[in-house]
Amino acid sequence: MYIYADNAATTKMSPAAIQAMVECLEKTYENPSSFYMSAQRAKERLEQARGEIAALIGAEAREIIFTSGGSEADNQAILSAAAIGEKKGKKHIISSAFEHHAVLHTLNKLKKSGFEITLLPVHESGIVDVKELEAALREDTCLVTIMSVNNEIGTIQPIAQIGEVCRKHGVLFHTDAVQAVGHMPIDVKAQKIDMLSASAHKFHGAKGVGFLYARKGIALTNLIEGGAQERGKRAGTENLAGVVSMSIALRESVQSMEQTRQKLLPVRDYLIAGLSEIPHSALNGDQKERMYNNINFSFEGIEGESMLILLDQKGICASSGSACTSGALDPSHVLLAIGRVHDVAHGSLRLSIGEDIDYRQADYIIASVKEVVAHLRGFSPVWRDLQTGKRSYIL
Amino acid sequence: MALYSEKVMEHFLHPKNVGIIEDADAVGEVGNARCGDIMKMYLKIENDIIEDVKFETFGCASAIASSSMATELIKGKPVSEAMGLTNKAVAEALDGLPDYKMHCSVLAEQAIKAAIEDYEKKEKGEQS
Repeated sequence: MYIYADNAATTKMSPAAIQAMVECLEKTYENPSSFYMSAQRAKERLEQARGEIAALIGAEAREIIFTSGGSEADNQAILSAAAIGEKKGKKHIISSAFEHHAVLHTLNKLKKSGFEITLLPVHESGIVDVKELEAALREDTCLVTIMSVNNEIGTIQPIAQIGEVCRKHGVLFHTDAVQAVGHMPIDVKAQKIDMLSASAHKFHGAKGVGFLYARKGIALTNLIEGGAQERGKRAGTENLAGVVSMSIALRESVQSMEQTRQKLLPVRDYLIAGLSEIPHSALNGDQKERMYNNINFSFEGIEGESMLILLDQKGICASSGSACTSGALDPSHVLLAIGRVHDVAHGSLRLSIGEDIDYRQADYIIASVKEVVAHLRGFSPVWRDLQTGKRSYIL
Repeated sequence: MALYSEKVMEHFLHPKNVGIIEDADAVGEVGNARCGDIMKMYLKIENDIIEDVKFETFGCASAIASSSMATELIKGKPVSEAMGLTNKAVAEALDGLPDYKMHCSVLAEQAIKAAIEDYEKKEKGEQS
């Protein structure tokens, strides 16, 4: 048995995207910046992909900048908004406590150069409160950056409402939509999104390629200086094959989105119900406002890394917010942000299921997790203390 | 390359001396749940020889493997020798640990020392 349940980390490439990529590498290897006719074909292919991607999120082609992925897009969006703000003497940014590190670390960098950062709470549900966001807006706020879907617990943020509030107050709104693009409908105009980051490998495209949508009129700051590619906003010879794979994969993902959602939603809820049978466990994040492929649990009395390795032995690929999996001292900042204490944040398991999952596999996952949790609790001193009343249950 | 050596995996998947000793002569516990590692060692000591040892561990694979290996290294040994067990010896016996997992072997050393100190304290208490 091999079950890949780590689709929030990366996805399997679409065969059509691979084929298009290989074809591009073989036949359209010319530099899109060169002048001969064959190079112009490469340029046309690049612009065709740009147009397709833009159309799929309701943007215009010129509003799409190709990047190396989601992290670069996040960095560029935030640093650009900060530069625009600074010129007007606006040095306050609003974000949330459980953003991806590509956002949080960039904000930390800005904090060191005199920006004030407000990180909104995300509550036990893992959802930003729009009223709290509006209340946090100030005269000097230059940017609101809130992710569309949290990468660890899959909670869906009220993006359109946030867009509405930001537009009303004239503040730029960026969303890290890495977990959302290709998985849920996005219309940057309707949702009043000013900037959006996406990554191809999260929706069955190639790794190392992504894009930044920036509404026209927003002056972008370069992270990479050099040539005039990407309207001079991102130097470097274009990753044409990667970009082509991204456009194919996005089109496929958007086309099959509703079908995928309808297929995965009941399996997700089946897994949640099955894992809830494990005593002293809890689902992390709201169940309703949640991505249809995400299951994230904490199990009291055990540690996540050992759980992952035992599941790996059974052919199940998953991830955990335990500190031990990353070499950090603290467990996942996302789980801490929704109010999980360290003890139970260490014992977390994230399953992000993919399109090929079936109920037989779901049953196997549930049985395996039950077995592994029972095994580890069997010699956990924490579990013994909980059982003998020396320690009180948290979950 | 795999994250862990075959030895670590062997001791993690099939840990030795797992459990508790109901009438232990000494118990040592180190670490805390906040940091994600707790080790508890139970010793049965006769004539200054560690006749039996069991452990319980809450932690990652290398913490469990380090506990298992440490119990193997001190079982049947004189208390004085067990007291000299170093984290380095535990890590070496496991054919190495990744750098950021070395603290697991330190915890194993500390857990055994804590148990022996508990034993010595009890011994002293009985003598006086």
